[in-house]
Amino acid sequence: MAPDGTARVLEAGTVPRATGRSVRVSSLRRLARRRSTIAFVMTLPLILVIAGLVAWPAAWAIYLSTLNRRMTANIGLDNYLILLESESFRMIIWQSCFFAITAVLLKALIGFWLAHMLHHIPTRGQRKWRGMLLIPWVIPPALSTLGWWWMFDPSYSSINWLINVFGFPSIPWLGTPWWARIAVIMVNVWYGAPFFMIMYLAALKSVPEQLYEAAAIDGATSWQKLRFITLPMMRNIISITVLFSLIVTFANYDIVRVLTNGGPRDTTHLFATYAFQVGILSGNLPRGAAVSLFMLPILAVAAFFILRGVTRRVKEVG
Amino acid sequence: MTKEGLSRRKALKAGLGGVAASALAAPYVHGQPRVTLRCGFWDHWVPAGNGALRELCAEFAQRERVDVQVDFITSVGRQNELTIAAQAQSKSGHDILSFPTWFPAAYADQLVPVDDLMGRLIAKYGPVMPAAEYLAKRENRWIAIPAVSGTQMKPSLGRIDLLKQHARIDPREMWPAEDRAGPGAENWTWDTFLVAADKCHAAGVPFGLPMGTFSDAVDWVGALFASFGASMLDAEGKPTVVGNQKLRAAVDYMVRLARFLPPDVWAWDDASNNRAIQGGRSALIFNPPSAYAVARRDNMAGFDQQWTFPMPAGPEGRFVPYLPYFWGIWNFSRNIPQAKALLEFLSQRESAEKQTSTSAGYDIPPFLSMNDFAVWKNEGPPAGVVYNYPLKPHHNARATVAFAPAPPEIAVQAYTQGLNTGLIARIAQGGMTVDQALAWAERELRTFARG
Repeated sequence: MAPDGTARVLEAGTVPRATGRSVRVSSLRRLARRRSTIAFVMTLPLILVIAGLVAWPAAWAIYLSTLNRRMTANIGLDNYLILLESESFRMIIWQSCFFAITAVLLKALIGFWLAHMLHHIPTRGQRKWRGMLLIPWVIPPALSTLGWWWMFDPSYSSINWLINVFGFPSIPWLGTPWWARIAVIMVNVWYGAPFFMIMYLAALKSVPEQLYEAAAIDGATSWQKLRFITLPMMRNIISITVLFSLIVTFANYDIVRVLTNGGPRDTTHLFATYAFQVGILSGNLPRGAAVSLFMLPILAVAAFFILRGVTRRVKEVG
Repeated sequence: MTKEGLSRRKALKAGLGGVAASALAAPYVHGQPRVTLRCGFWDHWVPAGNGALRELCAEFAQRERVDVQVDFITSVGRQNELTIAAQAQSKSGHDILSFPTWFPAAYADQLVPVDDLMGRLIAKYGPVMPAAEYLAKRENRWIAIPAVSGTQMKPSLGRIDLLKQHARIDPREMWPAEDRAGPGAENWTWDTFLVAADKCHAAGVPFGLPMGTFSDAVDWVGALFASFGASMLDAEGKPTVVGNQKLRAAVDYMVRLARFLPPDVWAWDDASNNRAIQGGRSALIFNPPSAYAVARRDNMAGFDQQWTFPMPAGPEGRFVPYLPYFWGIWNFSRNIPQAKALLEFLSQRESAEKQTSTSAGYDIPPFLSMNDFAVWKNEGPPAGVVYNYPLKPHHNARATVAFAPAPPEIAVQAYTQGLNTGLIARIAQGGMTVDQALAWAERELRTFARG
């Protein structure tokens, strides 16, 4: 077998003069026998799926964002420039970043704490708790957010009813900007923390017990074990989970749509909800595409730094 | 008996001939429809509301020998709007679709002009509501037909007992279920409204007027602005905010009125005001009769005290919020003549009355001459509760769409982003001065016209 994978059975000098047809057949056969050809054929379905469902829509969205409202002329980057001139949109950029960063941090912290607590429960009882804590994550978010909306309802909030029972005044959960922001972040954290918990729990279980035993012999405190064993061993999974969650949280739509519809005064809009409002509801698809593409550079920068860190650590370990 | 029987070849020939002959003759013998008309209508709020359209389509199908397939597409979760966008992009789907208020203009290039059809209907039934014409006409051509099903107005819906007790206003006396205005109707102005709002607020039954970005909020504030002559955009789509004294007067009024509204109105959706009047927590809302219909269906306390009556008048007249639906035919449809025939049939007076009656008076026909259907007189208790729901000559009112007369493709952006309620919220809730808020609105409106 030749290094390139072709079976060089027929050497040029030893082969009797072949007819044109047999040369074609043998070269086709050689092509089919190449490892690279086989690999390409086998990955072709995936390439087609990615090209059709990822690359083409992305390219179409980029093209769309360069058109005018009636989609009759190319206006270059004007849609982006117009958006940046809008105070409302600048506030939405800030709000999207605030929402995503705060929610991901809280989810990571709560998820880590829950994973740590679960890890120390005996295996038999752990299963029960694990199942219960995963419930928020397995309920469709549109449905669970509707439940939250009833609890935050401006006029008939059940949470306010409880607060009033204890003699405190009602909270305008969805009526004032900061309470509305807190409400959407709260629901996102409630929904997403179990994902972090299960990932961190898996990571915790993979940390060798001998490391903790050795640290205990050296007299390490619980904090030192966490700081110098657990966190370094979980670094990669934390990075990947944070990146994944950051992407999903930035692109969140249903929670804001159900809870606040972007209000009050657009202060809870995210890129996705605003893109829908501008693109679909206002009939300005190109500008809606531009809004949704604003996420791309932000997430690309985050992905670059996080993945670079992961790759470096993998190389160090290797 | 001859020995020569039927050979296999002959039997096969005869069989094939028979099949071919019957296949060719079948459409003529059985009158089977050869055209399939696919319609996507709005899924009505009123449960029985779809029944009328289904029956009318079946009647048309039988009469015209056309196969009519009807889908009812819900507006819950904006499914209908997403369907329109998807079909417009893929250039495939239904022949006829129901288009919400702003959508005909957005897809004007892909809709079949219906001037011929509208010409015949206008000749027969008289003028269409100007607000519907504003939305359904592009470059002097009708691009969609103002629909009956789904079209609504949002006049005042008040509790007779609460308004009498706390504001000393009797809406039934002012606006009886007759073709006349009663005593006090001439004083039904925004000034009277403000005093009544103050009194009802003090009595714990504040007027339930939403101030968010949902359509109920944007519509009623739009009607109030119109009655002050306060437009935020001119007919060319240019902002007319800064230095607009009429707008400033309307904004000042709204800021005063906001003090007497429930504190949570900034987060209300289109159902919150319904719940407020149904639960007896509000003395007045602006809404179609759906709030009343649900209260009656569920036998809620005080449903028989509800009364529909016109909006208050302002310095420039009386305006009622109008939110129409339209029927449009895609230009990629292969059945345009049949689609036009069906829509013409659905727009006839008898068909319109059937739709309005089935929806308990909710659906408003586009022709002013049709505002006298019996259903509005007969609904109750109280008898005639929705008599004043459609426009009547003695109301001296006009239907209005928020942000008209700007070109729809610009107005819709201000509408969906709730720029009028947002303006008030920035002052009443956000602490901006009137000047700051007006300057903000002007800047935002400028971006809508660009690109």
